[in-house]
Amino acid sequence: MTVQEVRLCGLLLQQHFGNVVEKVGTHLIRSGVLTLRALAYETKLPLDLVKKSLCVLVQHGMCTFGAGRRGPAGPVEYRINCESIIHMLRYPRYIYTAKSLYGDTGELIVEEILQRGQMTMSSTVRTVADRLTNNMPEGQSMDYSEVVSAFSRLVETHFLQRCPPLASAGSSSSTLDTPLPAATQPTEPESHPDCYKLPYINLTGQGKRRRSSEGGEADQRAAKKARTDNSECGDDGIHWQVNFQRFHLHFRDQAIISAVSCKLDQSSSEIVRTMLRMSEVTTPAHAAFTQALSSNEIFRALQSSYNIARPNLDQYLSLLVDDPMEFVGKTGDSGGGMYVVNLHRALANLARATLESVVQERFGSRSARIFRLLLRKRHLEQKQVEDFAMIPAKEAKDMLYTLLSENLVQLQEIPKTPDYAPSRTFYLYTVNQLPTARLLLQHCYKTVCNLIERRLYETKENKRLLEKSQRIEAILASLQATEAEAAQLTEVEEMITVPERQQLESLRHHINKLDSSENQVDESIFLLESYIKSTQASR
Amino acid sequence: MAGKGRGIAAFTFNIEALGLSRGSMPETQRGPTPLFPQIEYKPVPLKAGEDEDYMRALKQEMRGRMKDLPFNIKPHAGKGDVERYKEKYTREIKRIEDDNWTPDWNRLPKELKPQKKIIKKKRDTTKNAKISSKDKVEVLNKLDELEKKGDVKSDEEDEAEGGKKEDGEEGEEEEIEAEYDEELEEENDYIASYFEDGDDYGGGSDDNMDEATY
Repeated sequence: MTVQEVRLCGLLLQQHFGNVVEKVGTHLIRSGVLTLRALAYETKLPLDLVKKSLCVLVQHGMCTFGAGRRGPAGPVEYRINCESIIHMLRYPRYIYTAKSLYGDTGELIVEEILQRGQMTMSSTVRTVADRLTNNMPEGQSMDYSEVVSAFSRLVETHFLQRCPPLASAGSSSSTLDTPLPAATQPTEPESHPDCYKLPYINLTGQGKRRRSSEGGEADQRAAKKARTDNSECGDDGIHWQVNFQRFHLHFRDQAIISAVSCKLDQSSSEIVRTMLRMSEVTTPAHAAFTQALSSNEIFRALQSSYNIARPNLDQYLSLLVDDPMEFVGKTGDSGGGMYVVNLHRALANLARATLESVVQERFGSRSARIFRLLLRKRHLEQKQVEDFAMIPAKEAKDMLYTLLSENLVQLQEIPKTPDYAPSRTFYLYTVNQLPTARLLLQHCYKTVCNLIERRLYETKENKRLLEKSQRIEAILASLQATEAEAAQLTEVEEMITVPERQQLESLRHHINKLDSSENQVDESIFLLESYIKSTQASR
Repeated sequence: MAGKGRGIAAFTFNIEALGLSRGSMPETQRGPTPLFPQIEYKPVPLKAGEDEDYMRALKQEMRGRMKDLPFNIKPHAGKGDVERYKEKYTREIKRIEDDNWTPDWNRLPKELKPQKKIIKKKRDTTKNAKISSKDKVEVLNKLDELEKKGDVKSDEEDEAEGGKKEDGEEGEEEEIEAEYDEELEEENDYIASYFEDGDDYGGGSDDNMDEATY
C-alpha cells in the first residue's frame, strides 16, 4: 500500500465511521495481517472498541478474516481490503447510476445497501418503502411489491449480489472438517452458485409514514414490532451487497460510448452502445474483447429510433474500424462482417488521452506536443525532439527538463562502449505509458487527500459560525411549525448579521467546490485504475 | 581528467549531444521544491451541470447521515455522566439510531462477540456446595489423624474448611472465608512453621556436620 493510499483510506474511514475505526483501520493496513489481541495491544484501544470496529469493517466488506498462519487451530487473522475503502469515494456515482437506470426506488435501494454494507432483502424493502412513503404526499404510500420488483431487476442485471457464504460459523474450536478459508484466498462471491438467486419471501404491505406528531414511544413500539416481524420473512441469513465490479463495467462502457461520440458522431456511439449491450451477458469481466457480433445481428438489435439504414450501418462500422483509436475491430467476414469492441485497447487509449491532457493543462500545449511525440515515437534524441516537434532548441530543452524533473519523461542511456563514457553514449528520451499512469494515479490519490483535508480545515475554521447558523435554522423551523408571526421570524433571521451571512455563503461555495472536485478527480481515478488493472489482467 | 587547460572546468562528454552549451546550463535546484509552487497555467474549471450538482448533494447527505448511524463508533465518553435532559430529544430529532446494532453473528468470527463476564465468585460457592456429605466423613477422619500428630496449624485449617462446607449453601462464602483467614492470621502473629518442632529449624545442619558445607 502506498503512502497516499493509506492516507486516503484513513481520511475516508474517519469521515464515515469516526476516529476509532480510522485508528484500527490504518493500523491494520500498515501491518498487513493481525490477530485481534495483537491489534488491541498495538493500537492501545480498549478491546471492546476494537471488536466493534472490526465488526463494522467486516459488515461493510472492507475487512476479511480467516484462519491465520497457525492453521485452523490458531487465532483468527484479519486483513483489510484497501480497494473497497477507496470505493467509498465513488458511492455518489453508484447511487446516481442506479437512479438513472432504475428510478428513485432503485436509487434508494442502492443507497441503503451502500450505507449499511450488507442487508437482507426484507429489511431493505421495508426501509426503502418507508422512506419513499415519507416523501410522497399525504395519504399515499408505497407498496412493498413495487420495491420488490425494483430489487429483483437490480439482482437480474447483477448490480446486487449475495454475500459470499463462510465455510464455517467462524469458531476455530469446532470440527476440523470445515476449516475456515485461508486468509489469503477469500471466497469470491461469484463462485457461489446461488449468487444471483432471489429468495422467496412473503412480504406484503405498504410503507409506513413517520409521524412527527406521535411521541417517541409509539415509534419505539413500531420499531420493536418491525424487529419481531423480521424473522417471519423467511430470508434470514441471506445478505445482499452491491456488486462493485458490475458498476465498474457499466462505467467503462459509458466512458467508451462517450469517447466514440466525441470523436466521431452520435450515430456511431449508438452503434457501439448496441454492441456493448448485446455482449453484456456473454463477455466475462476481464476480457480483452467482447464476443464477436455479426453485422446482421447488430442491425437487428439496433433500435428503430436511431434510423440507421443497412448500408449506413456498414459504412459506420468500417469507419469505426479504420479509426486510429481502434475502438472496434473486425475479426471476420461471415454474416456481413464480424466485429468486436476492443475493450482493453479502448481503455489504454482513454488512459493515454488522460495523460496527454494532464500534461497539456499543467505545462502548456507545446510540452504536450513533445509528450505526444515521445508517446508515439518511443525513443528520441534531444536533436530529434526539436526537429520533429518544430520547437526552437532552447525552449524544447527547457520543456524536456521540466518534464524530466516531474518524472513524466525518462532518460534512456544506450552505450556505444562498455564503459558508459558520456561522450560515447546515446541519451534518448522516452515515455512509458504504464508507469506514468501509475504515477498519475498516486497524484490523484494525493489530490483527493488534499481536497478532503482542506475541506476539514475550512469547516473547522468556521465551526462557530456553522453551529450558530444551524441553531438559528432549528429555531426558525420550530417557529414555522408553530406558525409564529412574520415579525418573530424576521427577528430571528436578523440574528445572523450580513457579513456573517456573506461569510457563510462563501464557505458553502468553497465546500461545494471541494466536494465537486473530489467527485471529478474520482472519474480520473476510475479510468487510470481500470487501465492498470486491464494491463495486469492481460499479462 | 585532462581538460583544455589547467583549472578550466571541462566535461567528460560531448556537451552538444544533450543540447547544452557553455553559457546556458539549466538552473540548479536550490533546496526542496516549495510547498505551494507557482503554477503557470490556471486549472481547467470544474464540470458544472445537473448531474454533478446531484452527485455532490448525494455526497454531502451521505456524509451527514453516516455520522448518525450506529456504525460510527465513538470513543468511550466519561462514565458516570448523568444522561442529560436534552439527550432524549436530540436523539429523536436527529434520528440517531439505536447504538446497539447487532450484526449477524453467523457471519463473524466468534471472538468478536462481546462476552458477558461470568462472576467467578458464585462458581466457588457451588463447587463448595457440591461437596457431598461423604467428604465430611473423610474430613472428620483426617481431623482425627492429624490430632494424633498434634499439628496445630492443620487442625485450624481443616476446621476452617469444615466450617466452609457446612455453610456451603449460604452466599456469604466470601465473608466467612475472609473471617477464617483473618482469624488464622490473628491467632498466629508469628509464622507457625518457625518454632514448631525442632526438626525444621536448624535440624538439617546439626545432623550433617560431617559433610562439607557448600
